[in-house]
Amino acid sequence: MFSVAVSPKEFLQLFFPEKQYVGFATLPNQVHRKSVKKGFDFTLMVAGESGMGKSTLVNSLFLTDLYKDRKLLNAEERINQTVEIIKHTVDIEEKGVKLKLTIVDTPGFGDAVNNNECWKPITDYIDQQFEQYFRDESGLNRKNIQDNRVHCCLYFIPPFGHGLRPVDVEFMKALHEKVNVVPLIAKADCLTPSEIKKLKDRVRDEIERFGIKVYQFPECDSDEDEEFKQLDKELKECCPFAVIGSNTVVEARGQRVRGRLYPWGIVEVENQSHCDFVKLRNILIRSHMHDLKDVTCDMHYENYRAQCIQDMTSKLTQDNRMESPIPMLPLPTPDVETDRLIKMKDEELARMQEMLNKMQQQIHDGKDQ
Amino acid sequence: MAATDVDIFSNEEKRNLSLGGHVGFDSLPDQLVSKSVTQGFCFNILCVGETGIGKSTLMNTLFNTMFENEEASHYQNGVCMRPRTYDLQESNVHLKLTIVDTVGFGDQINKEESYKPIVDYIDTQFENYLQEELKIKRSLFNYHDGRVHICLYFIAPTGHSLKSLDLVTMKKLDSKVNIIPIIAKADTISKSELHKFKIKIMSELVSNGVQIYQFPTDDHAVTEINSSMNAHLPFAVVGSVEEVKVGNKTVRARQYPWGVVQVENESHCDFVKLREMLIRVNMEDLREQTHARHYELYRRCKLEEMGFTDTDPDCQPFSLQETYEAKRKEFMGDLQKKEEEMRQMFVNKVKETEAELKEKERELHNKFEQLKHMHQEEKRKVEEKRRDLEEEMNAFNRRKVAAETLSLAQPLKKDKDKKK
Repeated sequence: MFSVAVSPKEFLQLFFPEKQYVGFATLPNQVHRKSVKKGFDFTLMVAGESGMGKSTLVNSLFLTDLYKDRKLLNAEERINQTVEIIKHTVDIEEKGVKLKLTIVDTPGFGDAVNNNECWKPITDYIDQQFEQYFRDESGLNRKNIQDNRVHCCLYFIPPFGHGLRPVDVEFMKALHEKVNVVPLIAKADCLTPSEIKKLKDRVRDEIERFGIKVYQFPECDSDEDEEFKQLDKELKECCPFAVIGSNTVVEARGQRVRGRLYPWGIVEVENQSHCDFVKLRNILIRSHMHDLKDVTCDMHYENYRAQCIQDMTSKLTQDNRMESPIPMLPLPTPDVETDRLIKMKDEELARMQEMLNKMQQQIHDGKDQ
Repeated sequence: MAATDVDIFSNEEKRNLSLGGHVGFDSLPDQLVSKSVTQGFCFNILCVGETGIGKSTLMNTLFNTMFENEEASHYQNGVCMRPRTYDLQESNVHLKLTIVDTVGFGDQINKEESYKPIVDYIDTQFENYLQEELKIKRSLFNYHDGRVHICLYFIAPTGHSLKSLDLVTMKKLDSKVNIIPIIAKADTISKSELHKFKIKIMSELVSNGVQIYQFPTDDHAVTEINSSMNAHLPFAVVGSVEEVKVGNKTVRARQYPWGVVQVENESHCDFVKLREMLIRVNMEDLREQTHARHYELYRRCKLEEMGFTDTDPDCQPFSLQETYEAKRKEFMGDLQKKEEEMRQMFVNKVKETEAELKEKERELHNKFEQLKHMHQEEKRKVEEKRRDLEEEMNAFNRRKVAAETLSLAQPLKKDKDKKK
């Protein structure tokens, strides 16, 4: 096995046009072509209390109106509200690239008076999607598997407090190993820049202190240029993003932009000095959408799958039986119970063998006499 | 307490929405591409053809490098597979190329088993991938994929038709791998002969139901070129790594006394077409077909063999749980039976050994009795003899005593006689 580095195409074309060019450098183009033809899909979950601006933010992100004719509940209707899971699926297309976007909404989260385990329906939903995918993947006919796994969860932290509240912490801890959690500070137009900074620092500290694993943007390669690395650093320091959303278009600085009109000024959604909306959009859609999907597939789903299989194997060995062929033929990780049984049986066999040998010996001796 | 009923329903059907501006997800394909480029690509080619037909030369010509290989001998016992992996790079694209050679194909006198090593190799690669996919802790994204993506089948340029070995082998391979048949050493066939030859080959393949790889015509970007190429199958190729000066250029060619066959001249041979199709246009599609069609077929057959079905007799989809339960009961039953058998076997063996021991004991006992008997006999005899001896001794003693008394009395009498 040896490496061959072929000189750059341009150089060679000077001297030997078409000579040394094999052509597999077109592979990325082939991949590009095929992926455009196949289309993409993405599932985004938004979670947070009512009135945090989730729907508005989603509309702003995707520049479309997903939530038509919503019925908002009154306070008394919410006292015993259950958490629902509502999916909206839309097909959007841009420059020939088709995206099947699914927004998973969680109305009712944190709205009731007693919010014990209000995240359970959400974790159940995520697990259900994993299970559905696992079942499909293990089936015999895998032609048209639908991937409904949740790729990203935007969690809206209210800006009115001093940091994370217990329900925020509990929610993120329940979800951080199942889905990519991106925390956001909602309705950031009620905070001044210094207040935002303080709140962000506070939230970052608490996230670290409580051991919450939010989605980490992948490190950029060391051979990227300085500008890129600088941008990357800035991005990381900006987390959690303070966002503002808007459903209305206002006139600002001679242009029509999405924004919120106040007596004291106009808040522009896409103005980087007003809020981090643009950064969030870039991260979520323009640069890391695929990475979010990859992390979901390669990490969260694999963890779920491994856990699932291990649960099933341990259930089977509970009946004092040695390894059974799980339909998935995984290599079962040996646990204490199985080891003990195996040892016992081995000893028994050894004893029987010894007795047999002794008898054989006796016969042999008797013959010799 | 918030009740934890979950209402999961999508209350709207999928619908198309128009966007109010530039969102930016049109960069998604680029994100995917940059990820694949970082990961690197891998491609596996299987070359099947007789010894000396030009497989290695064609690979060298296609990829413009001298892959190391020695000439194979004609005297191999059987067909053996020789995979070699190379790392190639072109601009910023890394390719891990594996070329699998079939050494000794077509050389044996009896070629009935020739296809077996090839099919086994392909199946082994599928099996390895399947095993990796079924592991608990798996890492599919950095797994070195060894599945064969394309099989180039080299047809000897007889000018008549396929050989019987070719037909048999291709039929065995067509459901497992993408096959592209090529006519090797095409510089021995003239244009008109070639035309007839190609038609004959394709008709033979069709009439025998051999499914060769069709270049995909459903992607509008490449439909035209692919469908026109489909009509040129099988490609007639000439390979060469030697360079010959033609006019004012130096090209790869074969020099004959009657002329120069240029490899990259489209009117001389179909090499350029093959390179175009194989590498520049359809490489990714070949990889996809291998994964989505051939591998899935293999996986399905394998799983069905092991007894796992998607639906039970009533065509209700099995839940994984039920499958597990059923399999578990079955296996527990099997295990119990096996244990019983083993126990039974052990008991039997013990009985046997005991019986043997008893037998031996009896024998020993008999022998002992015998010996004892003998011993007693001897003893009796010896006793008798002793008694006899004693009697004799006694008799002797009596006589001796008698004789002595007699001799004592005798001498007096003799003296008396002497005195007179």
